[in-house]
Amino acid sequence: MNPMCGRVLVLQRLRRLMCGRAAPFRESPSILMGLCPDLLGRSPGVVFAPKTSRTSGGAAAIKGVLRLRERLFCVCLFSVSFFSGCAGIQSSLDPAGPQAERISRLWWLMFWVCLVVFATVIVALGYALRRGRRREEADNSPEAERRTTRIIAGSLAVTVIILFAFMIADFSTGRALGSLQTSNAIEIKVTGRQWWWDFEYQGAEPNLNVRVANEIHIPTGRPIKFEMTSQDVIHSFWAPNLQGKTDLLTGYRTVTWLQADRPGAYRGQCAEYCGHQHAHMAFMVIAEPPDQFNAWLDNQRRHAPQPSTAEQQAGERLFMTRACVMCHRIRGTDAGATTGPDLTHLATRLTIAAGTLANNRGSLGAWIVDSQSIKPGNKMPPNELSGEELNALLSYLESLK
Amino acid sequence: MKSGRHTTIAISVIMMTLLPSGCEREQRRFREVAPAATAANKVRQSELQPGEPQPEATVEGPYDGNAWAVSEGERLYRWFNCVGCHANGGGGMGPPLMDDKWIYGSNAQNIFSTIVEGRPNGMPSFRGRLTNQQLWQIVAYVRSMSGQLAKDVSPSRGDNMNVKPPEQSEEKERPVSQPPANSQ
Repeated sequence: MNPMCGRVLVLQRLRRLMCGRAAPFRESPSILMGLCPDLLGRSPGVVFAPKTSRTSGGAAAIKGVLRLRERLFCVCLFSVSFFSGCAGIQSSLDPAGPQAERISRLWWLMFWVCLVVFATVIVALGYALRRGRRREEADNSPEAERRTTRIIAGSLAVTVIILFAFMIADFSTGRALGSLQTSNAIEIKVTGRQWWWDFEYQGAEPNLNVRVANEIHIPTGRPIKFEMTSQDVIHSFWAPNLQGKTDLLTGYRTVTWLQADRPGAYRGQCAEYCGHQHAHMAFMVIAEPPDQFNAWLDNQRRHAPQPSTAEQQAGERLFMTRACVMCHRIRGTDAGATTGPDLTHLATRLTIAAGTLANNRGSLGAWIVDSQSIKPGNKMPPNELSGEELNALLSYLESLK
Repeated sequence: MKSGRHTTIAISVIMMTLLPSGCEREQRRFREVAPAATAANKVRQSELQPGEPQPEATVEGPYDGNAWAVSEGERLYRWFNCVGCHANGGGGMGPPLMDDKWIYGSNAQNIFSTIVEGRPNGMPSFRGRLTNQQLWQIVAYVRSMSGQLAKDVSPSRGDNMNVKPPEQSEEKERPVSQPPANSQ
């Protein structure tokens, strides 16, 4: 959840490299906090209660000093803090679409039923232990035997009924997930790569296709159809607030649909272990009202803006003559490689490196110079650039709005 | 009977101690700033010399013994479209890389400078476009194509559909230098 830990050193080194320059570093402890706060609507992952219980004195104090009522209060507070983990931009229990709604309903059904079963079993166990200790010898009468048989048969029947109920609930949820109306769906092709996401919006004409990396915008209230495949190993597409998981397989096309009803920024994550940096293979789904989405899509369809200042122009020249151009594409320029993420409108994205870092000048510089210390094993090579060159390159990349 | 059991135990212990020596046989050096092209200084493009001929000083590629780097080289060989002219080693517009004939030298530093500088009649210069690390990785892979690397280093099986036997099962060629056909 917090890939920025330990990156501070790199950032500091960079700051020294670009000295005399007010580089807006955002060394927030969590990238989630660094993301557009107004889109998120709330600061996610704020767990207040454990801290409170610690300030009230720690375990020893709770045992010795606190009275029963205070103890109960602590237990309540702790349980509440447990549930506060349910909300957030990457949580199945904070649904933002019709399918995620069904999934979370199923989850809660299973949670409560299992909780009741667990409590019943624990109570029965406690009762049995107490009774067994009270009695001297076992009751072997036929009547006791019959009673035991009845209890076991009854529990077995209840278990079977519960499991069948779960099966039916699960089946109906699965049907509901697959039956999303898709007549006016937006089609997006997804290609999983080690370790990033390649998205391509399908336009009416091929020249209206839009290729973006690691971040998609979707309109609210409209279904999105994803056609997915993988370039290397098996990945799994999972945006928990919107839909369940779907695997991406090499040489095979899988399809999934989702729909967002509530605007917001949601985080998705690869859910199938895919190698060294599996944990750093995330993406953002920005759900927004249709007119905002259309404006975004229109902008993405345009070519990259021309560099305006001399520094930006120098940066563009560097991009075209260094290793960058071998893997990345910037539409409207000579850079046309497709093995790395498309950078045409890089500056409009919230994160870089597949959700690993917030998209700002500092982390972008760190990534270009020494991506291997941030995400070891990724396919971006370390680049040797002077401070001046790096600043020019960053100015150019920041102009790609 | 008893001494036989002792021997078995002793052998097992020795085997168990030897087992970890296979670990960390090689390292994946992600952050390495690879040696620069200084190796290129020793490059000689022709065998023709005045006076007594002297053998060429060979510089080992830094990744000739690193299987991971060779597999990265294989990936880059495809990514950067070496396949476009050299195919999967069998050659096309460009000369084959899996045989024993080398126009501009078969040593690691020769291949390095061929990629960096480019060569007449079609080989583009990749100067600046590739980092030294990437260059040496590609060099190691190109050498594996004609069986120059150890069997445990060469790729055993590609991710893509195979069009030829894997580099690992390639016979080691004895490279001979051959002047470019067009210059004669």
